[in-house]
Amino acid sequence: MTSVISVSNLGKRYGRTVAVDDVSLEVFEGEIFGLIGPNGAGKTTTMECIEGNRVPDKGTISVLGLDPRRDANALRQRIGVQHQEAQLQKRIKVWEAVDLWQSLYPRVVDSDTLLARLGLEAKRDAWFMTLSGGQKQRLFIALALIHEPEVVFLDELTTGLDPQARRAIWALVTGIRERGTTVFLTTHLMEEAERLCDRVAIIEHGRIIELGTPDDLVQKHCPERSVVFTSDDANVAERLQALGTVERAEGGATYTIRGAGDDFVTDVINIIAREGIRVRGFRTEIPTLEDVFLKLTGHGIRD
Amino acid sequence: MKPPFLRGFWKLTWLETKIFTREPMGFVGTLVAPLILFIVLGRAFGVSRPLAAPNVDIPFNPAILAAVLIAISAVQSLVAIISIYREGGILKRLRSTPLSPVTIMGAQVAVKLVFTVISLSLLMLAGRRLFPGVMRVNVFSFTAAVLLSTFSILSLGFVIASLVPTARFAQPISAAVLYPMLFLSGLFFPMDHLPRALEGLAYLFPTTHAVALLDGVWNGSGWGAHWVNVAALLVLFAAYTALSTKVFRWE
Repeated sequence: MTSVISVSNLGKRYGRTVAVDDVSLEVFEGEIFGLIGPNGAGKTTTMECIEGNRVPDKGTISVLGLDPRRDANALRQRIGVQHQEAQLQKRIKVWEAVDLWQSLYPRVVDSDTLLARLGLEAKRDAWFMTLSGGQKQRLFIALALIHEPEVVFLDELTTGLDPQARRAIWALVTGIRERGTTVFLTTHLMEEAERLCDRVAIIEHGRIIELGTPDDLVQKHCPERSVVFTSDDANVAERLQALGTVERAEGGATYTIRGAGDDFVTDVINIIAREGIRVRGFRTEIPTLEDVFLKLTGHGIRD
Repeated sequence: MKPPFLRGFWKLTWLETKIFTREPMGFVGTLVAPLILFIVLGRAFGVSRPLAAPNVDIPFNPAILAAVLIAISAVQSLVAIISIYREGGILKRLRSTPLSPVTIMGAQVAVKLVFTVISLSLLMLAGRRLFPGVMRVNVFSFTAAVLLSTFSILSLGFVIASLVPTARFAQPISAAVLYPMLFLSGLFFPMDHLPRALEGLAYLFPTTHAVALLDGVWNGSGWGAHWVNVAALLVLFAAYTALSTKVFRWE
């Protein structure tokens, strides 16, 4: 795998506040890499140092083999960025923004095709201020992609969007990767990270505390699995006890069986089948990145 | 190869011009307000000093006031735009494109100068119809003087824009800086009526030199007679620009 971004021992402080303490990470070609953590953890500062929009106090950064500060101009031609909560001129039209951006790069994609791909073709003549939150973000994605960059940086892309708009944006980001572009994103939404990212780094207080694929992180830190089902048969609890702890909802027919490991759910299903237990409802509870985060930091991401 | 400064410059300038005309209030403030003021005050005081105001102790001339107000409203508009753009992250977004910082700011200045010329043209047209004395003024010379003044005062605008914490404060802070300058500029009472210290201070403001130059050009004296004011406007421009590159905040 080719390394596209390489960061080692990055540090940045504002006055006496340490924004980034010590961050090292590597991003590979063609992946979606997510930097996840609560607000103020150092996500944006890290990203902006990598983009070359902020000067780090210490550490080394290489993006596409370039130094983001020294080779800033060369790098700007090859990366696309979307800033957190960015705006454009209130009364700029969508096509005017696209047109300006197009004029700044030597090689650009066709604007009509791009706007159509992002579902903005009907908004060509609309003022920026009249766009919905989701449309604004799609426009920013368009502007970030206009010069076919090799790496795209997306900072808190879906913050403040409703669930439907969020899903539409997720589909677009997945589409970016399918075209071979590397994506570096930050988010404080664990669901977003789980859906989109090939690998994630969890950052807190300016340090990366864990890094890996979402599956691996869940596997490693939260191996617990639960199966919840409903059955009117007798002696259900006794027959499943060998697998783990069994809880029966008071006076009801709902059972929760807790265990661990990849095989746990299969084991439960096998026993239910072998014993011929009649089940009315059945669901599994598998931990998510949110649980991993809680476990590693001792607090929820929105605290 | 094009110089880096020109990459996107004309496009951004044209775009910002269009955007500016879509903002009704800014449009009225820049083009209409100075014109109305000129006409109303011109009717009251006259604009041609030898005819209407023979008393030389009263240097007040509505045409000069209107011209300086055009420059000041350009600066206020610049400060407002920069602080709105900064607050909305627009400056930051533009900066992470291949646009050079000089281009981003240069386009704003160009738009302001364009509207200064338009506004001044309206003023001269109105003046020629309404006040016969205006006929004697050299239009090109006067326009050049207004442009130089605007340019110099705009550089002060960048310093003010650096001091403005949020967009809400843009208007009050720029007014608090510019109006006292206008008051001490020699337009409303002669400079030598000011206390010594205040007079010295006034010469550090671009408005004072702008008024002296405009007044001179209006009354027919050449640029040569006002080379001190011209030089002062250029020096102040250089000084404010140097200062603003030090203190300017992009976000």
